Amino acid sequence: MSASSDVGYHAQRQARWHYGEVAFWLIVLGCGFLFPTRYLIMTDILRLALFAMSLDLILGYAGIVSLGHAAFFGVGAYAAGLLALHGIINEPVLALIVAGLAAMVLGFATSFLVIRGVDLTRLMVTLGIALLLEALAERFSNITGGTDGLQGIEMQPIFGQIPFDMFGKAGFFYSLAVLFLLFLLARRVVHSPFGLSLRAIKNNPLRAAAIGIPVNRRLIAIYTLAAFYAGIAGALFTQTTAIASLDVFAFERSADLMLVLVIGGTGYLYGGLIGAVVFRMLQEWFSTITPQYWQFWIGLVLVVIVLVGRQRLHRWVLFVPNLIIKQVAGRKAVVAVPESDA
Amino acid sequence: MTIALETQNLEKTFGGLRVTRDLSLRIEQGARHALIGPNGAGKTTVINQLTGVLKPNSGRILLEGQDITDLPVHKRVLRGLSRTFQINQLYPDLTPLETIGLAVSERLGHGGDWWRRMGTRGHVNGEIADLLTRFHLLDVMNEETVTLPYGKQRLLEIAVAIAAKPRVLLLDEPAAGVPESERHDILAVVGALPRDVTVLLIEHDMDLVFSFADRISVLVSGALLTEGPPEQVARDPQVKAVYLGEEAVNV
Repeated sequence: MSASSDVGYHAQRQARWHYGEVAFWLIVLGCGFLFPTRYLIMTDILRLALFAMSLDLILGYAGIVSLGHAAFFGVGAYAAGLLALHGIINEPVLALIVAGLAAMVLGFATSFLVIRGVDLTRLMVTLGIALLLEALAERFSNITGGTDGLQGIEMQPIFGQIPFDMFGKAGFFYSLAVLFLLFLLARRVVHSPFGLSLRAIKNNPLRAAAIGIPVNRRLIAIYTLAAFYAGIAGALFTQTTAIASLDVFAFERSADLMLVLVIGGTGYLYGGLIGAVVFRMLQEWFSTITPQYWQFWIGLVLVVIVLVGRQRLHRWVLFVPNLIIKQVAGRKAVVAVPESDA
Repeated sequence: MTIALETQNLEKTFGGLRVTRDLSLRIEQGARHALIGPNGAGKTTVINQLTGVLKPNSGRILLEGQDITDLPVHKRVLRGLSRTFQINQLYPDLTPLETIGLAVSERLGHGGDWWRRMGTRGHVNGEIADLLTRFHLLDVMNEETVTLPYGKQRLLEIAVAIAAKPRVLLLDEPAAGVPESERHDILAVVGALPRDVTVLLIEHDMDLVFSFADRISVLVSGALLTEGPPEQVARDPQVKAVYLGEEAVNV
């Protein structure tokens, strides 16, 4: 039946890899070779990108707002730090996974509180959980090192082979590999029936239930997965900087993440990645120009983005590249920004 | 005759207001049953209790003889009870293809599958294509729902409910707000529903009710006023007085 194969073709349309995506990842990889002096900030961007992708999974797909995503980042960070510091798990990749799982357990446990409310309740509950954890980390300073943080973390070589070097080269490629693998997994998930059901829940939870979707179970699942991602981002932070201090739980960290997604857009996975790059670049750039007032300029940029609308900005930014692409590859090849909503 | 859907002494109050009063309905299998009543009679409240959006204060709801009073919404759907909404409840950002695809996937138990991509299961695609064709949505299957004309959205609303392959279908004012030119499609689709699907129709449009239903229940202030075949209900002086306001009804 031709209509059936037609349906199959169109249903998989968004799941297919586009040229733009391949180019994106090649450019990211290329940066690792082009800027050998900038590994530290580039690694920082990768971590932020992974962290933002985690928030995008719940915000962009399932519509769960959170102002306390740093809770999972922090748990991952401290877990990785403690594992390395006490020599419990010395191999970084294994420790990374265990740290992610620790955050995942917390995500699962707190998901029951988060799925209950509406947006405002969720903002407050997530914020509260992050503040609570920060206070706990401060209280149990014999474990966490309190305000001094965990000190003297020494990372063992990755797979026992590749040591972390002082320029951060190993850290960068390690982080990039982790980001890319988790991106592939997320990409798979969002294009599955499960991922589509999340978008349905975000669009209309009433109707989602009315076609047989177990709404709460799906929300718990994605919240737990997002917590795992955030935990991995936190663990990467500790492993690549050899520090874990109380500010991993800080409110600013959660709030910055929202800004990243405001810049990059939600619901197409690249929003967090692009947003992380732009956000850190702006931060760098503004703090070079005006070390004291850079936050003012960041604020201004955000106001402009919200007022003008990201769709229009994207169109302006992509105007010149698309003009060139059109000349080279014909009309159909233009880089289109997927629908996003934030 | 077996009973497809039944309520026993259903009661629902909002604060001090009794919106459903001791309501006992029996809907036979394969019936074309209509539930009518003036505005504020509590028709939608009844639907919401049947589907599980609202919990009754007391009374039972039986689907094919099994008590479903305490089941959540999605489990009732999987047992074969599906509904359309008076005001479209669709997914604005999703396309008809995705909307129906999801409903079919959920029914076949693939909804929780997080690894396999949409569109890679042949039998699911076949069903989606079939529904899109039946509901005249094939040409707009890749357009976002929010951009569709109202009549198409209304068709999609019904198609989504049908995609769940219900044995009992609740239609909440299916033709509400549809312009005259597009009504025909809706009525044709509703009329063409297979006879083994039991339909409970909630409707204001008397022409539609009397042309479609083989049995009518009249709800007034949350309680059952009368019930019977269309001719009998149309002649009932109580119904005329309370609901139709002396207006003559042609059967």
